[in-house]
Amino acid sequence: MKQFDFDVLVVGGGHAGCEAAHAAARSGAKTALVTLNEAGIGVMSCNPAIGGLGKGHLVREIDALDGVMGRVADKAGIQFRLLNRRKGPAVQGPRAQADRAIYRNEMLRETKQRENLQIVIGEVEDLIIEKNKVSGIVLAGGEKVTSNSVILTTGTFLRGVIHIGDRQIPGGRMGEKPSTKLADRLYSFDLALGRLKTGTPPRLDGRTIDWDSLGTQPGDDEPVMFSFMSEMPSAPQVSCGITETNEKTHDIIRGNLERSAMYGGHIEGVGPRYCPSIEDKVVRFADKTSHQIFLEPEGVNDHTVYPNGISTSLPEDIQEDYVHSIKGLEQATILQPGYAIEYDYVDPRSLNLYLSLKGLSGLYLAGQINGTTGYEEAAAQGLVAGLNAARRAKNLDPVTFSRADSYIGVMIDDLTSRGVTEPYRMFTSRAEYRLSLRADNADQRLTQMGVGLGCVSAERRRQFEAKMERLEAAKTCLDAMQVTSSQLAEAGLPVSKDGSRRSGFEALAIEAVTWDVLEQLNSDLGGFDVATKDQLSKDALYSNYIERQKKDIEALRRDEAQAIPEIFDFNVVNGLSNELKQKLTSARPSNIAQASRIDGMTPSALLLVLSSLRRMQSQARAVG
Amino acid sequence: MDTIFALATVPGKSGVAVVRVSGPLAFESCTLFGIEPPKARQAALRRLVHKDDGFLDEALVLAFNGGASFTGEPVVEFQLHGSIAISRAVLECLSKAPKFRPAEPGEFTRRAMDNGRLDLTQVEALSDLIDAETEAQRKQALSGFSGHLRDQSEQWRSDLIAALSLLEATIDFADEDVPVDVSEDVQSCLTGVVASLDREIDGYGVAERIRDGFEVAIVGPPNAGKSTLLNALAGREAAITSEIAGTTRDVIEVRMDLAGLPVTFLDTAGLRDTGDVVEAIGVQRAKERASLADLRVFLQVGNEPPELEVQSDDIILMAKSDLSEDLGGVSGLTGKGVPELVERVKSTLVTRSTGAGLVLNARQEEAVREARDRIKRSLSFTINGIEFYDLASVELRLGIFALERLVGRVDVEDVLDNVFSSFCIGK
Repeated sequence: MKQFDFDVLVVGGGHAGCEAAHAAARSGAKTALVTLNEAGIGVMSCNPAIGGLGKGHLVREIDALDGVMGRVADKAGIQFRLLNRRKGPAVQGPRAQADRAIYRNEMLRETKQRENLQIVIGEVEDLIIEKNKVSGIVLAGGEKVTSNSVILTTGTFLRGVIHIGDRQIPGGRMGEKPSTKLADRLYSFDLALGRLKTGTPPRLDGRTIDWDSLGTQPGDDEPVMFSFMSEMPSAPQVSCGITETNEKTHDIIRGNLERSAMYGGHIEGVGPRYCPSIEDKVVRFADKTSHQIFLEPEGVNDHTVYPNGISTSLPEDIQEDYVHSIKGLEQATILQPGYAIEYDYVDPRSLNLYLSLKGLSGLYLAGQINGTTGYEEAAAQGLVAGLNAARRAKNLDPVTFSRADSYIGVMIDDLTSRGVTEPYRMFTSRAEYRLSLRADNADQRLTQMGVGLGCVSAERRRQFEAKMERLEAAKTCLDAMQVTSSQLAEAGLPVSKDGSRRSGFEALAIEAVTWDVLEQLNSDLGGFDVATKDQLSKDALYSNYIERQKKDIEALRRDEAQAIPEIFDFNVVNGLSNELKQKLTSARPSNIAQASRIDGMTPSALLLVLSSLRRMQSQARAVG
Repeated sequence: MDTIFALATVPGKSGVAVVRVSGPLAFESCTLFGIEPPKARQAALRRLVHKDDGFLDEALVLAFNGGASFTGEPVVEFQLHGSIAISRAVLECLSKAPKFRPAEPGEFTRRAMDNGRLDLTQVEALSDLIDAETEAQRKQALSGFSGHLRDQSEQWRSDLIAALSLLEATIDFADEDVPVDVSEDVQSCLTGVVASLDREIDGYGVAERIRDGFEVAIVGPPNAGKSTLLNALAGREAAITSEIAGTTRDVIEVRMDLAGLPVTFLDTAGLRDTGDVVEAIGVQRAKERASLADLRVFLQVGNEPPELEVQSDDIILMAKSDLSEDLGGVSGLTGKGVPELVERVKSTLVTRSTGAGLVLNARQEEAVREARDRIKRSLSFTINGIEFYDLASVELRLGIFALERLVGRVDVEDVLDNVFSSFCIGK
């Protein structure tokens, strides 16, 4: 067996890179994180916030597998809000404003402390490729570092161009030089690429904002943490300011549209519809007379303010003008102008479910390079790539996530089967099993799996198992309890006295029935702690729906389990129309579930593919 | 994929017999008969000569390119002289050719559906169209085949997606500049769809009748002249389409075409209390069958009250009016009152058939009903307020999925598209 310097090499220290490196190292792989400099580790290059709807779910899932993002975000959090607090638990998402400096420092500390993980400073110029396998990297200066596999998490470095008005600066991020040699190597693979754009607002000096004239948005009184291991915030808590654009702002923007990079025709990439520039907002929603702006502090010891809602590619002088037209920002100083950035991404349909490139083994891609946006989406991909790269080094079967068990599974499946047409962001509406995939039960869904994968620390495992024991005990108590409809009706609940009997858990599924109501009927239920009561109430709330979805989920899992090998030739499937053969050949679905979602696919065609697969497998067995 | 073929017309002697060939090698079938495929969509008269069997027939040959044919595949049609021997010879030549095989039942249609030429509702309507015997059946099936139900489903679907995207916008973009409470808009959207679904469910019973036939039972005591009346109806006033002895010997059915509607008249056993076990079973069956019929014609003798519940629109007539001077009577023997009875049955059923909906069969009805129930539940969650939007959304999705059985699938991208075009998202 060939000796490598490392099991896993991770290129890039952003959110995907950090999570990938930590996941690989936690899994016991000898890992190196290669970055241009230490200061690049854990940088939040866009808005200073973590979590939200769908995104908060991802952070919880990363945490359930003992990832770093949740814990670090909890330490850096300076304003915590649980979004949709008034709505049901399935659609609640934790979010926090984060102090950039704390986030970076904590991430660096975690990374330095991590066993099996080494930071390598240097610029990666090339990949070592032998026999169609990636086996390491070449650093600037020619030094070679070998490894079983390489994970690229290089964000927007592929032909990244920054636009400010008609000014263009090559580079992946403000103030960073583009690395072209590695990019050229990637281009040489002849991958399917697409072009996207995204934007940032001008950064403001908080000391020049008239805060007294503005409304504020405080955090929640009872902050909800990301990590199942965290208890409370450690950084000082602050509020965000709220202001809005007005007709004057819109006039300035309208009058200078052709000077914006976007409208001046300098940008070909597709931007996200959910994060339009202020130019887009003014043009596309012309009847709106104002747009909200959240003034987000970038840190407790940092006076930079991120005005969320006015990203732009207008020239600097126009940025000055429109910023000053906004209430409270009349005197505001711009510390760094807003800009749009355009970049190439690799069509994620070129990846398999482990985020490894099809056709070139040993190379994984994670994060923005795959056409996603957001720290959380990047980190979740990093986790998947890191776990799989580590398993590869140990000759273990790869691990995949299902749409039925996690948002991570939803995202990876979406990316690899549908590709992207705009920067991909997670939404809760993407998850068809949203009622089961909740932020509150991420640990119940994934931590045991993480224990099996060997990526969960002993401490978390102990804590998780203790929690599960408490839940189990309380659930047993609930299940054993019998509640009649008349008992419930007498307690003043809208239940018809039809003589039906329910278990305590079933009763809890009724909207109006709370733990307290049941506790009055059975004092044994008083013996459990608040967190346990709360969790079981959430589990019970959707239990009827979840029960009904079980059949769909089983069918999905069956289809997901029927993997289609990369070498499978759809052209030999008898009876398949040429059109479908072409579609299947270009989409290369990883399993039958993905194949079934291909446009134009019919049940009979699926059956043909399936029987052809079975034949191939039985032949393989006969030969083997 | 095999190339398939079959006789497309009814087997047996006829004026013209059509053999249809569909599949990748369809055009090659012409070569088998020593001819070039004619230009697509242009009829050509050709002499079909097989290398072994010699001259077969002079036929009109039509060719359709893939993508422009009924099945979506290349298709060739041979219009032969309708002789049993000729069509058999042509079919035999085709079966001997490699990669050609006889089509399985429904396989042409199946391929049409697989190639996206027809959707499921159209396939069902097509089978109804082929089975149509009367004018009303033909119109109803044609409406389905033209995609009226699909069009209506598309309308429901777009209304439901609009409602769902309102709910999803408040959920996924809670921290953005979108409305917090959309209950009122969602409610008005869903209420309209529920009303429309309700109409379809109500109309299904009638549509089903048009498809399967209305039943009119003639009931009355023994010897009231029921059988004579049935014979009179069958013999004079209506075109007989079939005369079938009932599955039980005691219910006789006569199927007719009344104003384009398929109507089956039932002659039931005389209703009376009896000690005879066998007759008692007949009476019981007659009562059940008559109660379930769409309409009952009661033949009354003297002042005896009807033995069966009289339902709305039912017709009560004095029996054997040839024996009395009573007005409003009927006699199968003399034919007195029979044309008036036919007219009354006709107008009652025609009035009912105007309420027919687009839903044509039990499968479609089940899907529409499930959708309606889900949407109603979603509606009540929505009215309860934003705390219940998670459940309103899941019920609405289940409702849309139920309609999916009628039309194509709903994609989350459809919902997001709607959100992004309706709201200014992005702070």
